[in-house]
Amino acid sequence: MGRWRNSTAKIDAAGIYYRELNAKLRGVVSNGTKKIELHNIHGQRYIGTDLDKPVELEIFGTPGNDLGAFMNGPRIIVHGNAQDGCGNTMDSGEIIIHGHAGDIVGLSARGGKIFVRDDVGYRAGIHMKEYQDKKPVLVIGGTAQDFLGEYMAGGILILLGLNLAEGEHHKSRFIGTGMHGGVIYLRGNVENYQLGKEVGVTDLDEEERHILKQYVDEFAEHFNYQPDEILDQEFLELYPRWLRPYGRLYAY
Amino acid sequence: MKDIKHVNNPYNDDKVIDACSIFGAMDASGKRFSGDGVIRAIVNMHDRGNGLGGGFAIYGLYPDYADLYALHVMYLSPEGKQETEALLKANFNIIEKEEVPTRQTPMIANPPLVWRYFLEVDHRKPEQESEDDYVVDRVMTINTGLRDSFVFSSGKDMAVFKGVGYPEEIADYFCLEQYEGYLWTAHGRFPTNTPGWWGGAHPFCILDWTVVHNGEISSYGINQRYLGQFGYHCTMQTDTEVVAYAVDLLMRKHNLPIEIVAKILAPPFWSDIERMSPEEQKLMLTLRQVYASLLLNGPFTVIIAHHGEMIGLTDRIRLRPLTVGEKGSMLYLSSEESAIRLICPELDKTWIPVGGEPVVGTLRAPTQPQPVAAGEKV
Repeated sequence: MGRWRNSTAKIDAAGIYYRELNAKLRGVVSNGTKKIELHNIHGQRYIGTDLDKPVELEIFGTPGNDLGAFMNGPRIIVHGNAQDGCGNTMDSGEIIIHGHAGDIVGLSARGGKIFVRDDVGYRAGIHMKEYQDKKPVLVIGGTAQDFLGEYMAGGILILLGLNLAEGEHHKSRFIGTGMHGGVIYLRGNVENYQLGKEVGVTDLDEEERHILKQYVDEFAEHFNYQPDEILDQEFLELYPRWLRPYGRLYAY
Repeated sequence: MKDIKHVNNPYNDDKVIDACSIFGAMDASGKRFSGDGVIRAIVNMHDRGNGLGGGFAIYGLYPDYADLYALHVMYLSPEGKQETEALLKANFNIIEKEEVPTRQTPMIANPPLVWRYFLEVDHRKPEQESEDDYVVDRVMTINTGLRDSFVFSSGKDMAVFKGVGYPEEIADYFCLEQYEGYLWTAHGRFPTNTPGWWGGAHPFCILDWTVVHNGEISSYGINQRYLGQFGYHCTMQTDTEVVAYAVDLLMRKHNLPIEIVAKILAPPFWSDIERMSPEEQKLMLTLRQVYASLLLNGPFTVIIAHHGEMIGLTDRIRLRPLTVGEKGSMLYLSSEESAIRLICPELDKTWIPVGGEPVVGTLRAPTQPQPVAAGEKV
């Protein structure tokens, strides 16, 4: 099997049902293949879900819902847009999307990194969480629709707003509603009414700037931006004001 | 007195609701196209449904009969057909009638008998009533009063084809490969709260208004009671039916543009209204007062169509997906982008609309139905 090692496998996924495709991926990865190109992807779900090896998947087309769900290790690069549920409960690995992503990107993620070049839909980063050294990171190059970081319990969510015009505000409302952990670094303007009641606003300290720089650098490298130009503009830090916002609601 | 609550289908329970993959394609130039791509697109979302309902609406379908009401009726018994045909004969000039062509397929079990009638409204219509209202009334009479009969399509130069099965099976069963239209919508159903039966499949239709829907309309009760006051009676056991009647009421009868209708079906939150200009506030408050009972609560994405227009709309917090694709004069609306890309890989533009904001495709040069002289067979 040694001759497979470090080689690139190409799969034409046209017309292949998602179960068959994911079975095929398992087979190829078990051969020690380090890089797989997937062509003609049209909506196959759960791609990369059960590959717990550091393999690189390069996707050409539009992957289906729950891309990289429960993923543990691989790096997925999408040349196109992602649909809903991208990075669902992801554990580790990376998803890099050269396009936009649909709703609930990074939902319940518990580790790993997701980079989206353009916009994201509703509820990006909903209920991301962290534990000790497991800390998911979601970086969004464009803007977000409503409920960004809803019920966020951990991790780092970075919204860059690179496609906003001069002076244009983010349109997302209910940002961080129910947030009780983690942090959102937001570049661009938001009004107070756009923020959830559970969110506080402050400036980044030195250590946080360092963390931010690290992920903006990575983002810029993936999508060919100048990181300094991104970091030049002011960022807001959104943080949860309480760790148990509903503690009194249910305990009486 | 007629019992308007009489529901003559065998699944007689009071519960409502739901569906799952939706797709729409429209050529704004008015060019008619086959359903091949639309069927491939909805098949690509096969897993969103469960085989308990599939259907299609096609516009620009019967150019030879473009000025006639094309009633499509499901019959569960020969007696139903007799009764309904007697009513049609007593109320309309029947220009043409035939059984809707179908082919035997192993996957379609116990289909009803499906007939279509091309009808002209003549002097028997009361003077003060519009032709459209006259047809709506007769459709309601059949659906609520006559045995074993359901009118499931009643517009001009368009039709709905639907039933229990996956959409591809329904397309095969109704031989859709023979048809062309400039606007197609499609639906694959995943019923959650009501049984899958033939009348409960999408699209829902009244006149040339059709609706395919993904979601659950939890305001169904109040919506259908309100619509009942205007002569619309829900008989199809599925929540989506109220949306078809609501758009007929709001857009045809009350003559409201879709931008206003969207604010009725998916109104802005009170907190949003508070931030509006006094003028806008007044409009929004008026709409919420006058049409409070047509607010659609619960998660939904719908594709609403009628001649010349295809509209995508989601609930205010977009609890169900909708993606838009554009290529030249083609507009695509879909639950998933992959279904659009499958049949049109190189889109000019693709985006995800904001909740509660309608996406509207309009025919650039509206096709004029060719009038058919009374009694003339085309």
